[in-house]
Amino acid sequence: MKPAPFTYHRAASLEQAVALLAQGGGDTAVLSGGQSLGPMMNLRAARPSQLVDIGRLEALRGISVAEGHVRIGALSTHAAIEDGAVSGPLGRVLARVAAGIAYRAVRNAGTIGGSLAHADPAADWPAALLALDARIHLRGPGGDRAVAIDAFLAGAFETAKAADEVIVAVDVPALGPTARFGYVKFCRKPGEFAEALGAVLYDPGSAQARVVVGATGSRARRLPAAEAGLAAGLSPAAADIAALLAPVLGNPSALVLKRQTAAVHRALQEVLTDA
Amino acid sequence: MPDIRLSVNGEAIEESAEARLTLADLLRERLHLTATHLGCEQGVCGACTVLVDGVPVRSCIRFAAACDGQAVQSLEGLEHDPVMEALRAAFTRHHALQCGYCTPGMLIMARDVVLRLPDADPARIRLEMSGNLCRCTGYLGIIEAIHAVILARRG
Ligand SMILES: Cc1cc2nc3c(=O)[nH]c(=O)nc-3n(C[C@H](O)[C@H](O)[C@H](O)COP(=O)(O)OP(=O)(O)OC[C@H]3O[C@@H](n4cnc5c(N)ncnc54)[C@H](O)[C@@H]3O)c2cc1C
Repeated sequence: MKPAPFTYHRAASLEQAVALLAQGGGDTAVLSGGQSLGPMMNLRAARPSQLVDIGRLEALRGISVAEGHVRIGALSTHAAIEDGAVSGPLGRVLARVAAGIAYRAVRNAGTIGGSLAHADPAADWPAALLALDARIHLRGPGGDRAVAIDAFLAGAFETAKAADEVIVAVDVPALGPTARFGYVKFCRKPGEFAEALGAVLYDPGSAQARVVVGATGSRARRLPAAEAGLAAGLSPAAADIAALLAPVLGNPSALVLKRQTAAVHRALQEVLTDA
Repeated sequence: MPDIRLSVNGEAIEESAEARLTLADLLRERLHLTATHLGCEQGVCGACTVLVDGVPVRSCIRFAAACDGQAVQSLEGLEHDPVMEALRAAFTRHHALQCGYCTPGMLIMARDVVLRLPDADPARIRLEMSGNLCRCTGYLGIIEAIHAVILARRG
């Protein structure tokens, strides 16, 4: 199992990376941690003719706190976030999500930017960051733009990012003192991709409520009706959640619906109990 | 073909290699350091785990070219590492290997757990080692061996 031949470029700057992507056409891929691209290339499920390694770019590193949000550089690894690179209540939420991704040796290399760009339908960051209302910062040949994550996630392995754009950073709103986060990921063995995933943000102080289902087979989705109930402090019954999930999941099997209902229900219970 | 300069087990290495050469194949095929084993070649099984700049990574899904300028340590380079010496003895005592295929990756990860999580209990060790597969079902002995080393270091 070896990748198909390709040429390798280490980008010396973000500008150079974007220029190489723009010249290379759709056949050129960005390389960050390689924790999704590596397996896919070994399996020859991906056969880019050119890799642009952005892994050493300082511009994509670091974590900074700004008014109302934390900016997380795209190259921040799952392991760094697990170890508390982001401080405060938001940092604890992010650390919990990060710790549940894959295994330490994978988390040491895999990045938050790579995970969002890859947009695996069963991945953790897209669902968690949708619940947390993140914004994605992109750099392309035409300059910078920022996209709300709800508009960024398009489908399975599909995003609003153009082939010649690089994810530079992710902004995540800070959490207020009364904010609560529920996160339930079902998988058969620790470190695997989710079979069902519920992510809930609830802040009774600001009446903010976001309810997300992940591992849908497509993109992670918000459940607006559940959010309206949660904003009013209501805990929906499992049957009501199942009724909301069925159309989102598109004709799910009884097993899938039951699993997803339980994941979302438990995530809701987590924010509504021990408050 | 990219020219790669990196250090492997403390030795400066210069190789000119195809871009698709993985770190695992650089170690095994070019440098004949065959302690690093290849199992699944998709990052799942953990047999190929080595240290890059001091932290465990999967060498099967890391391109050698991407390691330019970095310090790689394979199991061979940890022969006289005190934690590794303690782990080897504990693996023997607790019968923590049978065929040995997974063992190099297990030892690299075990050393990371011992150093990073000095308070880990058996449940935590089990979770931390869940990314290394053993097909002889030797997990119990492996967990016991790692826990024994952690306890001994606590004194
Ligand atoms: C064994 C194993 C188990 C895993 N389990 C989980 C899990 O439980 N949950 C989970 O969420 N993930 C899991 N993953 C995936 C892991 O989280 C990856 O790290 C992540 O999906 C990709 O990040 P990366 O930096 O390695 O990206 P790469 O593999 O380098 O790139 C992935 C894709 O994104 C593009 N890309 C990367 N960075 C950027 C950027 N900054 N801008 C634009 N495009 C970019 C690449 O071109 C490529 O298409 C697992 C992986 C492995 C190997």
